Amino acid sequence: MEALYLLIPLSTLLVFLAIWVFFRASDSGQFDDLEGPAMRILHDDDAVVAQDRSGDA
Amino acid sequence: MSSEGSADGSGEGTLCFHCGQPVPTGQAWPLEIGGVRREMCCVGCQSVARLIVESGCEDFYLRRTAPSARVDPEQLLPPELALLEQPQPASEQTHAADASAELVLSIDGLRCSACVWLIEKYLARLPGMQMAEMNVATSRLHLRRDPALCSTATILRGLRGLGYTAYPFDPLRQGEQARRASRRLFRQLFIAGLSMMQVMMYAVPAYMTHEGIDPDMMSLMRWASLFLTIPAVFYSALPFFTGAWAGLRARAPGMDLPVAIGIAAAFLASAIATWRGEGEIWFDSVSMFIFLLLASRYLEAAARRKSASALERMQQAFPASALLVPGYPERRETTLVAAAQLREGDVILARPGDTVAADACLLEGAAEFDLALLSGESRPQAFEIGQEAPGGAVNLSQPVLLRVVRATGESTLAALTRLAEQAGQGKPALAQWADIVASRFVVALLVLAGATFLAWQLIDPSRAWSTAIAVLVVSCPCALSLATPSALAAATDRLLRAGTLVVRGNVLETLQRADTIVFDKTGTLTQGRPQLTALWSDIDCQRSLAIAAAMERGSLHPLAKALVEEGARRQVASLDVEQLTSVTGAGMQGVIEGVLYRIGSRSFVAELAGNALPPVLSQSAASGAGSVYLGSSAGWLARLDLADALRPDAVATVAAFRALGLRTILLSGDQPDVCAEVAVAAGIGIGEVQAACTPQGKLDYVRSLQQDGAVVAIVGDGINDAAMLRAGDVSFAMGKGAALAQVSADAVIMSDRLHAVADCAAMAQRTMHIVRQNLVWAATYNFLAIPAAAFGWLDPWMSAVGMSLSSLLVVGNALRLSRRQGQSASEAAVQAAQVRPALAGAA
Repeated sequence: MEALYLLIPLSTLLVFLAIWVFFRASDSGQFDDLEGPAMRILHDDDAVVAQDRSGDA
Repeated sequence: MSSEGSADGSGEGTLCFHCGQPVPTGQAWPLEIGGVRREMCCVGCQSVARLIVESGCEDFYLRRTAPSARVDPEQLLPPELALLEQPQPASEQTHAADASAELVLSIDGLRCSACVWLIEKYLARLPGMQMAEMNVATSRLHLRRDPALCSTATILRGLRGLGYTAYPFDPLRQGEQARRASRRLFRQLFIAGLSMMQVMMYAVPAYMTHEGIDPDMMSLMRWASLFLTIPAVFYSALPFFTGAWAGLRARAPGMDLPVAIGIAAAFLASAIATWRGEGEIWFDSVSMFIFLLLASRYLEAAARRKSASALERMQQAFPASALLVPGYPERRETTLVAAAQLREGDVILARPGDTVAADACLLEGAAEFDLALLSGESRPQAFEIGQEAPGGAVNLSQPVLLRVVRATGESTLAALTRLAEQAGQGKPALAQWADIVASRFVVALLVLAGATFLAWQLIDPSRAWSTAIAVLVVSCPCALSLATPSALAAATDRLLRAGTLVVRGNVLETLQRADTIVFDKTGTLTQGRPQLTALWSDIDCQRSLAIAAAMERGSLHPLAKALVEEGARRQVASLDVEQLTSVTGAGMQGVIEGVLYRIGSRSFVAELAGNALPPVLSQSAASGAGSVYLGSSAGWLARLDLADALRPDAVATVAAFRALGLRTILLSGDQPDVCAEVAVAAGIGIGEVQAACTPQGKLDYVRSLQQDGAVVAIVGDGINDAAMLRAGDVSFAMGKGAALAQVSADAVIMSDRLHAVADCAAMAQRTMHIVRQNLVWAATYNFLAIPAAAFGWLDPWMSAVGMSLSSLLVVGNALRLSRRQGQSASEAAVQAAQVRPALAGAA
């Protein structure tokens, strides 16, 4: 149980660290568009595929 | 693949490869994509598809999950784009946009993730482009480029070529402040949520334990809770403190005051208890309270922001333009300039269908102008040489030359805009109903807390302070202050999906209190464009309509358009016309199957058909209707009466408001006889008609109603309605009306269905009903909990659980509003989507 005397202050510190990280992320605009990245990740920008296909056809 | 391609090529039931709509039989615009021949439905889709293939982005068709938007060839390259190519000092906005490396564009028509891919990939290949990033949530495209290599016009032209509507977005003009505010609210919400979760972790063990926690451990957990609550109170709860302070300074304490007092009292008492190591703490209640309130506010703001941005996208963002004739009278070449640049004495050309950019007098030829949006007059007005046409009039006849008599800034249009702005300043200050309840509640609460404190001083002074705080916390008017915003958020979102944009916050509450509703006539109760109302003919009606429609095809005159539309609706035979000529201000002449026909004014047709009018054709027309005559060299054939017809849902709408007990009034700039007829048809009492009103007259009339104590709802569409829309207690603008009216109104009916106003009123009733239910529940809860707390019976965990349960109940009750009700609502949503495909694309 003695570990809790260390862990509780540590967890409080961690929350403040999380707040700091969140503000950094928010300032850099990570939360401005919550839909776009999910769309973009599906489309690798690989021009090679396009060339291959036009070669096949 | 190739067999599928040849099957597609057969032409029967083929769907357009680009937009997915049926390809008209016998017509095809083929294109080879990836080695396979594909059919397109129109030249617009074909040219877009060609650009996509030529720019090496044909993968788009493999990646996309939804068909693209159909492309109207006319909108592909609007002439206003040319304005962006000439960097002129007068158009500072576009000039500044062109000179800087950073550019923000607003994009419409995104359908699926492949659209994002296509836009970014296409732009990245343009020379001089350094960065192209699409923000899907806001439909904004952020660009960085070398202005010398890659001009704004090139980019816009490219995007339009791909089939997306794009226009420059000026962050200073709109939304930047709103965007910052919403970002701050999101951060505050996030911090409050984080704090709530962490504090709850330390609160739950204290509630759950039976044998008690080691006092040292307990103290440690209390201190941790204190630190974790600090960000929520000192950052997230700021809106409540500033709101409470503003309310106090204005001597009108609102809902924020009890909230702020509750938060402050609970936090301070808990902090003191933590410091002294004894007494109760309410950190979990405080942080949860802040989070729930912020969440409901965030949702309400988000629903309203969505409405506002949909409206913003709908209004054309290009500056009004005009065709200047600099070399007049020697040369007739025209250049496109921004309307704001026009000076007195400039000569401009107005083509058929163009809006006259500034007040100008007619230089050459007679003309007909449509002033419906300016004055409400439904009939086109004839103008002669030397007569002055107001800016905003729409040319219905052949191209005319006009000399500008007043610069745009001083024109009739600008004067009406100023009138609307001034009307806004005189708007009655709205007493928010829920806020009145809240301020009474907070006074009662403070008195009660004070009484509890005094009573416990007499009974047991050591418990006086903690019991008084318990009263404040347990009654924390959480449910009370959640009641209104959560219900409004749900209702606003629901209306948005049905095609009604609620732009300002007071709409539902005020509409529910309104006792008078004022309708404009042209474009609001009526369609705002003529329709065939009667056809008098000696021969077959279908045949005469076929002849009329064939002769009027291609004409821009609203009467002609109405005839062509009616012909298409009744599926008349398509006839070929030879030697078709147009006679200004008179009509059309042409040869069909060897017979010479004339259609137009009575005197014009009489020249061909003879003066004696057959008795069938000489019956009197309804007032407000215009008559078009049709005759051949063999004699008179038909008379077609056209009038601005009542909207099909006008009668039901007026009846709905009468059933609610509202006084219905018709207020119009049109002639008294026409107004009276429309009023009778719509079911408005003849004594409630105010005709021939100027914009100032409309404004004065609305103000006089308000001075008599009426709460006035207004529905309008024209520029001449803008001032009264702004002055009304709650106002609606039709989605196809003037932009100025939409900006001035509190809500915009995007679906262009008049009945949406009645739906909105029904929604307002339901919303206020739910708000009342919520308030009754909150009051009941407080009525039970406050005495319990005052007598010292409540453990902290009981008040915490009770508070969260009552909050959840209130929010859940409010969410019932966002559910679709019955068939009519879903139909409305479908219609809204059809009228404005842009909205469906954004969803």
